[in-house]
Amino acid sequence: MIPAPFTHVRVSSTKEASDALDHYGDDAKLLAGGHSLIPLMKLRLATPSVLIDIMRIQELKGIRRENGNIVIGALTNHVEIERSPIVQQYAPLIAAAAAYVGDPQVRNRGTIGGSVAHGDSASDLSGALLAANATFVVSGPSGIRQIPVAEFFLGFWTTALEPSDVMTEISIPEASQSPWSYQKFTIRSQDWAVVSVALSGSRIVLGAMGEIPLRAEATEQALLNGASAEEASKLAAENTNPSSDLRASADYRRHLAQVLVLDALSESSSRI
Amino acid sequence: MTTVRITINGTAQQHDVEDRTLLIHYIRENSRLTGAHIGCDTSNCGACTVILNGQAVKSCTVLAVQADGEDVITVEGISGKFNGLSAVQEGFRQEHGLQCGYCTPGMVMACTALLNENPKPSEHEIRHALEGNICRCTGYEMIVNSVRWASEHGDAQ
Repeated sequence: MIPAPFTHVRVSSTKEASDALDHYGDDAKLLAGGHSLIPLMKLRLATPSVLIDIMRIQELKGIRRENGNIVIGALTNHVEIERSPIVQQYAPLIAAAAAYVGDPQVRNRGTIGGSVAHGDSASDLSGALLAANATFVVSGPSGIRQIPVAEFFLGFWTTALEPSDVMTEISIPEASQSPWSYQKFTIRSQDWAVVSVALSGSRIVLGAMGEIPLRAEATEQALLNGASAEEASKLAAENTNPSSDLRASADYRRHLAQVLVLDALSESSSRI
Repeated sequence: MTTVRITINGTAQQHDVEDRTLLIHYIRENSRLTGAHIGCDTSNCGACTVILNGQAVKSCTVLAVQADGEDVITVEGISGKFNGLSAVQEGFRQEHGLQCGYCTPGMVMACTALLNENPKPSEHEIRHALEGNICRCTGYEMIVNSVRWASEHGDAQ
């Protein structure tokens, strides 16, 4: 399978990337590691006429601590996040979720910014970043702005990113003391989640249970009201909208959500 | 068309390619190195695994233009002290880590990348590192044994 023809344009700064997006308009897409976009292009589900290759923009790479947050450059590869001592210590859920993305080859190429910008509800990092209450820093025509994760995912493959936006950083509140857990159920080890659960502190997020990652609000509320983990986990699938597909039926996903939320609560309570 | 310069197995090469050319096609058709295979063509199976700047990647999901200026090692580019074979290659021979052999070039490259980073992996680490490589014949036990053999006999690449 070969993508439809396109023109490859390499840029070396965020400003050049924004300018190129402005210049080429709607037919252009940003290319980072390409591990979401290139498969779509090979299937001809995406046919951009211009790819703006941002992967060599050094200012968008790296991991640092800043004012109580862990700040990860949007072009940081999954493997660096998985292995970063800073992320492991201060955002352990994110390090754990990064280690579940695809397989080693995918983690060597794929980036955190590309993964979340793709907007797939089954993405390991999207759910984990919602649980961790992250903020996305975006550079657009009107300057730099911050998008809270709760406002970022809008629908199937749709995010709050505007056509000329370049995601620059992801900021995650330090949570070294919070209980956490990441649960992922797959058909094959490298696969997308059939259902995933990301838990950080009192926030519980379900992946692949709707068009976007969803908070398990009924479970969270029940726990606040003193319910046991067993009782609260039975509410995990409330207000979700899982699909039926080749991997699983919607009913099976609802069942899995309950099982995995209970597993997450159990594992996280062992980390307090 | 774009001119790309890619060093493959230590040899600098230059070709004019369509921007949409995948690295696997570049390696097989421009460089005429047919060790790396196209299996699933959907970044699942790992038969196309090569080492790009020291890291294992699936060359069916990398554009040749993305690899411009970079360094690629394919299965043709590894060798070692075991009658010319590297420890990983000899490990596959000793432990019967292949049957039909289709996945083997990708397996060898993924294992080589693993042992370069982690010369003494645990069984769990071996299995985790090979998540991205699918074999339809062996059931993986003998592949894991092959990696362990290579780890014990050193000289990855």
